[in-house]
Amino acid sequence: MTSLTLVRRIKARPDIVFDALVTPEGIAQWWGPDAGPVLVAQSDPRAGGRFKVRFRLLDGSEHESAGEFLEVDKPRLVRMTWRWTTGGADPGESLVTMALRPVPEGTELTFTHARLQDEESRLSHEEGWIGALDKLEKMFG
Amino acid sequence: MARASEAVLNRTFAALTDPTRRAILARLEKEPGLSVSELARPLAVKLPGVMKHLDVLEDAGLLSRSKHGRTVSVSLTPDPMREAMAWLRHYERFWTVRLDRLTAYAEAKEARRSGK
Repeated sequence: MTSLTLVRRIKARPDIVFDALVTPEGIAQWWGPDAGPVLVAQSDPRAGGRFKVRFRLLDGSEHESAGEFLEVDKPRLVRMTWRWTTGGADPGESLVTMALRPVPEGTELTFTHARLQDEESRLSHEEGWIGALDKLEKMFG
Repeated sequence: MARASEAVLNRTFAALTDPTRRAILARLEKEPGLSVSELARPLAVKLPGVMKHLDVLEDAGLLSRSKHGRTVSVSLTPDPMREAMAWLRHYERFWTVRLDRLTAYAEAKEARRSGK
């Protein structure tokens, strides 16, 4: 329920896609959602390495997100924690997984963003049962 | 909000396992107050089947039905569900835009490399 998966087929080989996803040079190119600039792109893509991206939108607002790489297996898999570090309400820490698979036209990228347990606990505290519900859903897969 | 009993949780969870029921909830999240027939129209399930799904979802406390004349309209009830869907929708937009840009960037890079 509270995880999002997007699948893309990209006409580029996995190592190119992988580098685009995790290197500072790559991140600087695509992270901004509009023509606003990426101001900071720090990334140390190895287990335990940190990640920080700050960007400015065309409306002038600046946003920053950061996280830690949990697993980096070039060119197949990246798992990392992720959270907003600017802005008002902190929506909590979440988990981003990017899995790459070679396909004839290039790479199939399966991108998953999932809320983490600590956030579920916070929500379940606020909302009663959503955390338990998610646990149940995971159990039944 | 009081913690729901295990029985309610089980019922709620069971309600969410079915893809048609999840489709119904997703649609109601975008278009609250749809009538039962509007809700049934795009689904591959016949009206009596849809009614059964609505029963299950209502028993699980995920939606409510109200009658206006001859029309029954359906809405989501629970805040947790709404909150979860808002999260999903927000991040779907967020990552879709970024993955579009990532794709364009990686494909341009591949084209340059293959062109050499």
